Amino acid sequence: MSSLIKSSIARKVVMALSGLFLVLFLALHVTINLTSVISPDTFNQWSHFMGYNGLVQYIMQPVLIIGVIVHFVMGIVLEIKNTQARSIKYTKYKGAANAPWVSRNMIITGLVVLAFLGLHFYDFWVHEMTYKYIESNPEDPTRYYTETVEKFAPIWRTVLYIVSFGLLSLHLWHGFASSFQSMGLNNKYTPSIKSFTKIYAVVIPLVFVFIAIYHHLNPITH
Amino acid sequence: MKIYLKIWRQKDASSKGKIVDYTMNGVEGDMSFLEMLDILNEDLISKGEVPIEFDHDCREGICGTCSLQINGRPHGPDRLITVCQLHMRSFKDGDTIVIEPFRAKAFPVIKDLIVDRNAFERIQQAGGFISVNTSGRTVDANSIPIRKENADKAFNAAACIGCGACVAACKNASAMLFTSAKVSQFALLPQGRIEASERVQNMVRQMDLEGFGNCTNTGACEIECPKGISLENIARMNREYLGASIKG
Ligand code: HEM
Ligand code: SF4
Ligand code: FES
Repeated sequence: MSSLIKSSIARKVVMALSGLFLVLFLALHVTINLTSVISPDTFNQWSHFMGYNGLVQYIMQPVLIIGVIVHFVMGIVLEIKNTQARSIKYTKYKGAANAPWVSRNMIITGLVVLAFLGLHFYDFWVHEMTYKYIESNPEDPTRYYTETVEKFAPIWRTVLYIVSFGLLSLHLWHGFASSFQSMGLNNKYTPSIKSFTKIYAVVIPLVFVFIAIYHHLNPITH
Repeated sequence: MKIYLKIWRQKDASSKGKIVDYTMNGVEGDMSFLEMLDILNEDLISKGEVPIEFDHDCREGICGTCSLQINGRPHGPDRLITVCQLHMRSFKDGDTIVIEPFRAKAFPVIKDLIVDRNAFERIQQAGGFISVNTSGRTVDANSIPIRKENADKAFNAAACIGCGACVAACKNASAMLFTSAKVSQFALLPQGRIEASERVQNMVRQMDLEGFGNCTNTGACEIECPKGISLENIARMNREYLGASIKG
């Protein structure tokens, strides 16, 4: 068992499982966000539920945070090991001749997503924690919609959203299907998984971007 | 044709190497790439200079000895061939060709363009075999029925010549394609199943010990492999490895 944890294949499986977990979470996240465009009341209800439900707060939220940390720490560990595996670089290396850009630059797209997550955490999570536990404000199940829409008022944040989701799209374009290969699945379903990956990698980030632009263009008028 | 060459020269394993420029006139399209280097070497020898060391043996694409990184790609620009099968007609008059050794920490340079690929031998020794009694009563392999599909896949995996182009091409210098071909050629056959779980665990452990990188599934190895070894083999090895590790 201990050899399993140190092995290259096990590291890849950790990468794949944590990545797939984030892929699932992303689908849930976009669904909830989408309600903010369709029905502010539903958005408020769901957000309030997520914010105050014990299972979500004390089980799912820590699991998610650990998932993100495991994924990016392992990504960085792999990147360091992979760089060390070629200590003397080629004078000429034609990476583009045999592998797509997205597959060769997962660390770049991943680190941009990480930087975005930093901002996202500050915007929403730190804000929520302060609101609930530091300032000890009373529960207000109607505040989420207004708070969210106001976040998108500044153009810089909206642009940052668009750029980050563009890079997330590239990350998923390779990562989603790749995780199946890492876990040893390469069979008659692989072409379908690859097609689904492309749809997912484009549609999900596009919906996030659409929501950001929508709120930017439709501010709440007091 | 006139060809400009930029070739990695390195006196020995401990020296620092550098790129040296050479110009060749009268290169014919029908010359093989290695013949072109032979002519350059004859020229260097006649001038009293040290010839360029490069690996080669069969010169017909079956031994896996030749190993050059040509213009940033292992075995050069053409697909499904080794350097010895590459011809100068793949280049044109006035081209500059950069020639380097295969680069990986696990493949240290011995001299000029020759690298030490014994890491592959050690991976093989860790499990790339089956234990059979050869006392004279060996069962003929052909008497064991095997599904055609598996026989074909095992045969395709066995086509790996251990050249190391997969490692050279990979941005992570990963040896997963090589190791997975060697695992697969046995994993698919009844004779190989007997030691399957120790085999995959030992070979992967040795591969990691040698300091090869991890696989990011970029697929560069599969494109550059002269024998067309498929990425399916890597998935099979991962499956075998996970199965074997969970069973303990
Ligand atoms: C937090 C910042 C992130 C970093 C630094 C990061 C980094 C990486 C790296 C370096 C890899 C490739 C590892 C390798 O194969 O060598 C990777 C793979 C992957 N990432 Fe991320 N990532 C991040 C966020 C995300 C997010 C938010 C998702 C999903 C919503 C995700 C999904 C995936 C998937 C599915 C894979 C494929 C795993 C595999 O090939 O087996 N990543 N990530
Ligand atoms: S898998 Fe292909 S590229 Fe790698 S060593 Fe075998 S023949 Fe060479
Ligand atoms: S010299 Fe044998 S494969 Fe090229």
